[in-house]
Amino acid sequence: MEKIYERPKSLTDRGLAYCPGCLHGVATRLIAELLDEMDQRTNAVAVLAVGCGTLGMFHFNTDVVVSPHGRTPAVATGAKRAAPGKLVFSYQGDGDLAAIGMAEIMHAANRGENFTVIFINNSTYGMTGGQMAPTTLVGQKATTAPQGRNPAETGYPMKMCEILSQLEAPKYIARFALDCPANILKAKKGIRKAFGMQMAGKGFTFVELLSNCPTNWGMPALECMDWMRENTMKVFPLGVFRDGDE
Amino acid sequence: MTKSRDPSALPAGKEGIMERQFLKGNEAVAEAAILAGCRFFAGYPITPQNEIPEYMSRRMPAAGGVFLQGESETASVCMVYGAASVGTLAMTSSSGPGISLKAEGISTLAGACLPAVIVNVMRGGPGLGAIQAAQSDYLHATKALGHGGFRVIVLAPSTVQEAIDLTYKAFGLAVQYRNPVMVLMDGWIGSMMEPVTLPEAKEPVTFSYTGWGAKYFNPSGVGVNVVTSCLLEPEYQELLNIRAGEMYEEWKEKEVLAEEYLLEDAEYVIVAYGTAARAARTAIGELRGKGIRAGMIRPISLYPFPVEHLKRLDRSRVKFLLDTEMTLPVQMMDDIRLAVADAIPVHSCGRSGGVILTNEEIVEAVELAIAKEAR
Amino acid sequence: MEKKITVAGFGGQGVMVIGQMLGYASCKAGRNALFLPKYGPEQRGGTANCSVTISDGEIGAPVSRYVDTLIAMNQPSLEKFLGSVRPGGIILLNSSLCRWEGKRTDVRVAEIQADAIALEIGSPKVANIVVIGAYIQLSGALSEQEMLDAIEEKLGKRPELLEMNRKALRTGMERVTLKE
Ligand SMILES: Cc1ncc(C[n+]2csc(CCOP(=O)(O)OP(=O)(O)O)c2C)c(N)n1
Ligand code: SF4
Ligand SMILES: [Mg+2]
Repeated sequence: MEKIYERPKSLTDRGLAYCPGCLHGVATRLIAELLDEMDQRTNAVAVLAVGCGTLGMFHFNTDVVVSPHGRTPAVATGAKRAAPGKLVFSYQGDGDLAAIGMAEIMHAANRGENFTVIFINNSTYGMTGGQMAPTTLVGQKATTAPQGRNPAETGYPMKMCEILSQLEAPKYIARFALDCPANILKAKKGIRKAFGMQMAGKGFTFVELLSNCPTNWGMPALECMDWMRENTMKVFPLGVFRDGDE
Repeated sequence: MTKSRDPSALPAGKEGIMERQFLKGNEAVAEAAILAGCRFFAGYPITPQNEIPEYMSRRMPAAGGVFLQGESETASVCMVYGAASVGTLAMTSSSGPGISLKAEGISTLAGACLPAVIVNVMRGGPGLGAIQAAQSDYLHATKALGHGGFRVIVLAPSTVQEAIDLTYKAFGLAVQYRNPVMVLMDGWIGSMMEPVTLPEAKEPVTFSYTGWGAKYFNPSGVGVNVVTSCLLEPEYQELLNIRAGEMYEEWKEKEVLAEEYLLEDAEYVIVAYGTAARAARTAIGELRGKGIRAGMIRPISLYPFPVEHLKRLDRSRVKFLLDTEMTLPVQMMDDIRLAVADAIPVHSCGRSGGVILTNEEIVEAVELAIAKEAR
Repeated sequence: MEKKITVAGFGGQGVMVIGQMLGYASCKAGRNALFLPKYGPEQRGGTANCSVTISDGEIGAPVSRYVDTLIAMNQPSLEKFLGSVRPGGIILLNSSLCRWEGKRTDVRVAEIQADAIALEIGSPKVANIVVIGAYIQLSGALSEQEMLDAIEEKLGKRPELLEMNRKALRTGMERVTLKE
């Protein structure tokens, strides 16, 4: 009998530690599949940010470094510069990348560091219990924005692909969503491209994945997907913002 | 997109504030700050203190104050510095990793002689450590909360009521001494609920900032205020440092807080603060039930440390001290040994990483130490 | 009098509400109480547990090695905390979701069909109130009226809701059984 489903070797045997229905699980799996397919499992270094993505240290069957909060691109810079042959990717949430780590992401991108950023945008601080993130939508409620995000006080969602696109150095910048199988396949293609460009020494590659947080959004996983399509994806348009391969 | 409401949430602006209420430590601290007159709070999410900023986000606007979630701990403590620089008494809170990032701002506040209250709800360290409660930041808080050799008064509650009382008091001390004050609370106190009575609401605290900070340094003379921790002139910097040193000596005279528990006849004295002291209190009851005369010194101000309380122990009666903390290795040891000048042996007992210490473990540690001393 | 209780179950079974309500009611009744939730790094919908202490005196240790009562809302919780009950203590089982296998003989075991009773009353959500009823009946730590006052204040005054909770509490008190 032909085996049509197999656990990627780049994933450990452990059951997923993320909440049921959380798309962190999908993102983790996509990366693991690609590491298998591109034969990079033993050559990869995952630089995990603080956030629910830290749980990846239980899942990625590769070398893993856990970074202090927000400094993830700096840690990845150190790892990649010191070991240029490795496939280095950072795995960061929106609190990590767009709030406390804004300086590090901007400067790593501006230096054109040759690693890949996987940016999980779930418009909240998941691990700490649903506080307002830089990506929280206008009107969206959070534990530190009980009336919903009010732009007069807290500004607007920060669009990292668009912001980074202002820089000259980055080679690949794209935003995908994990809401449905078709979009997940596109996301996988995008990550493959980014990893490939990194291994070809092209420079900084950035993949944003629109994700969910059923626990702190307070809705069942399926409802989250609709919510993403009706809200998140309207504020954060999908697409490739820079493709230095072309 | 709201979560079901936490039944522990205190209804904002509730009448009859003096009545007994069942409150969570973190929320109680936030409310105490508002009652003490604090009208500016800036924070950043981190477990186990999230209820403080969350509570402030609901309560501050109603109280006519400012709530801000900074983009980082570095930013939020500097927002507090900014508020203080224009005469507003402000607070920030965090836990270990975030307090490390606040070090820069706290040092700046101290250097510029500005008051503020910083709450550290401790978790297990070092690094990101464990998010469960611990007492891992004694040394950081009492020895060097940032660079440059400044000190802050450090207050450590062991009940939710005391967390309220000490937070309330912290604001007064900050203004009186023009210096940041730290409330060093372990994560258990932050997350537990207990019956409490809230103090009376004070008017919002503002202070004159004229002549502040740069009190001894006014390059342009009249009509402007220069708030700075950047003195540039060595003589001015030294003058401020000497003044600060005198203030720290004054604290040792006036601001030491400690509880002495069953010391009159104690042969074995536990030294413990915060939640560890609560476990010790229960352990002492059990030890006394077995005829073992145990007692406790509970530092409430960790800085200034209750040196005199330890010094005046009867050295002919007290057979040993037991430094009991929820961190390993224990961190108060050097302060205790210095205070008793090694005239009394000091043993240690603790758990760490977010593992809670039980009374039974303390009983066993005392019995073990008795056996060791007998040898 | 001092009573230490561990309440344990799945997230979503209202474990924290049981603990908090026992605390609120004790506070309201003029006693001392301490509620301490155990939290993990994330909210994975896994297991949840909390400690409660109810006392006439000052409360010292928030957590001790042994408790007087374990309230086990499901089988994994029963197994995990079985050893933490002091000899002579009580294990209160939600027998809708766990079975007593007689692994200890030095404790008293009580059972309440919390989920079944809650369904009977008309709302699966009140299983935790049923358990509270069973606990106060067994322990005598709080009276029915003291508990009701707290429930009314904290869980809502809507007449239908209140009636449901009142019924759940009473049925819990009536239907709890001590095993021989
Ligand atoms: C210096 C510091 N501040 C705060 C924290 C607490 N913390 C842990 S995870 C996290 C952010 C989680 O949000 P995000 O990056 O969006 O990741 P998510 O969990 O949503 O995937 C924070 C603030 C920390 N660990 N270190
Ligand atoms: S808290 Fe949110 S982001 Fe984190 S694992 Fe759960 S659902 Fe996912
Ligand atoms: Mg996030």
